[in-house]
Amino acid sequence: MKTTRITGERIKEYLEKGKRFDGRNLEEFREISVEIGVSKKAEGSARVKIGKTEVIVGVKLDVKEPYPDSPNKGNLMVTSELLPLSSGRFEYGPPRFPAIELGRLIDRAIRESKFLQLEKLCIKEGEKVWGVFIDIYSINDDGNLIDAAGLGAVIALKTAKLPEYDEKNEKIVYGKLTNKKVPVSKEIPIIVTTHKIGKSMIVDPTLEEEDVSEARITIGGTIEGSLFSIQKGNSKELTIEEIKKMLDISEKTRKKVFSSIEKYLK
Amino acid sequence: MATKTFKRPDGRKVDETRPMQAKVGVVPNADGSALFSFGDTIAIAAVYGPKKMHPQHQQDPEKGTLRCRYNMISFSVDDRIRPGPSRRSTEISKITEWSLEPSLLIKNYPNMVIDVHVNILQANASTRCAGINAAAMALAHAGIPMKNIVSSVSIGKLDKNLVVDLNKDEEDWEEGEGSTDIPITMTPNGEITHIQLDGRITKEQLKEGIELARKSTKEIYEVQKKALKDSIKT
Amino acid sequence: MEIKNKDQVERKIVIPGEVISKGEDYLPGEGTEKIGNEIIARRYGLAEESNRLIKIISLSGIYEPRNGNLVIGRVENITFYGWVIDLDSPETSFLHMQEVPKYINKGGLSDVLDIGDMVVAKVLEITSRGIDLTIKSRGLGKIDEGIIIKVNSNKVPRIIGKAGSMINLIKEESGCNITVGQNGLIWIKGNDVESELLVKKAIMFVAEKSFTQGLTDELKELFKKEKGK
Repeated sequence: MKTTRITGERIKEYLEKGKRFDGRNLEEFREISVEIGVSKKAEGSARVKIGKTEVIVGVKLDVKEPYPDSPNKGNLMVTSELLPLSSGRFEYGPPRFPAIELGRLIDRAIRESKFLQLEKLCIKEGEKVWGVFIDIYSINDDGNLIDAAGLGAVIALKTAKLPEYDEKNEKIVYGKLTNKKVPVSKEIPIIVTTHKIGKSMIVDPTLEEEDVSEARITIGGTIEGSLFSIQKGNSKELTIEEIKKMLDISEKTRKKVFSSIEKYLK
Repeated sequence: MATKTFKRPDGRKVDETRPMQAKVGVVPNADGSALFSFGDTIAIAAVYGPKKMHPQHQQDPEKGTLRCRYNMISFSVDDRIRPGPSRRSTEISKITEWSLEPSLLIKNYPNMVIDVHVNILQANASTRCAGINAAAMALAHAGIPMKNIVSSVSIGKLDKNLVVDLNKDEEDWEEGEGSTDIPITMTPNGEITHIQLDGRITKEQLKEGIELARKSTKEIYEVQKKALKDSIKT
Repeated sequence: MEIKNKDQVERKIVIPGEVISKGEDYLPGEGTEKIGNEIIARRYGLAEESNRLIKIISLSGIYEPRNGNLVIGRVENITFYGWVIDLDSPETSFLHMQEVPKYINKGGLSDVLDIGDMVVAKVLEITSRGIDLTIKSRGLGKIDEGIIIKVNSNKVPRIIGKAGSMINLIKEESGCNITVGQNGLIWIKGNDVESELLVKKAIMFVAEKSFTQGLTDELKELFKKEKGK
């Protein structure tokens, strides 16, 4: 059942006092837990939990022809599936908007930040390049799937290794990973979504809070301060002051989130 | 002429399953959920329901409907699977329904549906069996009235040798008569709710294989039972 | 006639299909079936015996409505004759405009209860079409403010406790008004949000530890700890 209106009123009331139902501050994330290499079949993988929200992300590689307009660059494709398994609200069938948006948000974050170095994924110009697939699956939705997916994608990519490529037979030897890491840049892209509920701004909403979110802004940036993707969602308008505030919150939170996952990026 | 001293590639005895893992409650949002694995083959299942069946024209006024959906995630195998249903997953979804339905007591849920979602996180053969085992636990965990919990295992024949719980290497066995795959699901009383055959086998060996499955499913049942019991502290 | 030992059936977690007891003496209660002289579990839960009746206490499953049940629901839709109420259960529930303790003009329904409003109601009748509700008695009607939480309906007896002991303890310790719907929705209203959240914490605590013995003492400890903060 969606968050009831009267509970929503209480949530707003409490937020105005600087508190949340689970005791967190407005700019505090729930506990983030990460497992790397959860899949024996993916070339890179991660399971990320933020509170009870859980996603798993896998990185798979293949070798194909490059796109005609980028003959010396590898390919990137990010797909996300909101599994019906993970929530009574997700229906079986072709991906609907939330899944598509999530995939595209993560795609833009990885692509625009140039985190994945596509130019280093060329095998033979015009003929053969590495294709990188990042597949995101929700396992339990308790709010803030977007940020969890972002972390999962970045960690899975950072820890991914190239599989052996049999040049002679033009086949990938899956199951045999080389020691070569998938080329990524030093600057780590972190995605943080900030929500406006009533007069307050929060990060990392639980599902209960997400139900009463009036406007949200997803910002991808590095801790060094570059921003490379922004998306505003939900139906209420934001003033310039509010957006500026959300940019500040996003920057602060990004640094905190980064420090909690730093150890997995070595 | 099966020989009990047949050497399996991973060193297992002919009647030995891979190490099994079972756990319930792995998806907090679901009404019931479970994980089950045979070695590297990992399946999770989540149950939502009973709830009103939509679309309305699929409602059955006489009893509840079980609806299973099986799917493998893209990186569960070496060669990435394009997301979305396939003919194989559609067939296995139906097989899963048929294997579980005889156990359910859902006459009292007219016009309602029980959705069971099975996802294979990692595949090393016997995925449908792992999925059925997880689904059976998840249904019990969800409080669905049931006669019993079914258990599923794949019986294989490698050349002339019967084995239990095929892995991928064995599924691809090419020596002699090659590989035959027989997934079977049984109730604790030995009733068969699902059986398929893929390969080549004599009637006598098949009967022997079914007996092997009986023994194996008893062991699997104990694993499922323990997972359900362990999840509640008293 | 043999006199059996009363302690013969131990309190234990059972799974569907499991034999709970053998022997002519026992009778099959909720969640069980008698086949021959065996009582067999048909649900996952705790098997308990009292006065030779063996029943299963489940922790999961849908809400099974009974006439007279107090329930809490959300107005989902308004029709010509009343309101469709969502009780978070698979059956459709309906509150007929005649079951409201005041006269309403047709077209004035949304002034009494609008979509999204929460309401405390009683189950009047269960028909083949669904559940008929009423808000005619005292204590029933629209919910003005507070927090609504949801637990599995099977845990409600535990949350209420023997003769209300558990819920009364929570009410005393928090000073809040608490209305527990048999369908698992619970309305908490207190003087401040902190007390309301304390109630939520306490109820979730009981819900999670449903089968633990000595739960009342553990709950008292929880209150001590929380209030000390």
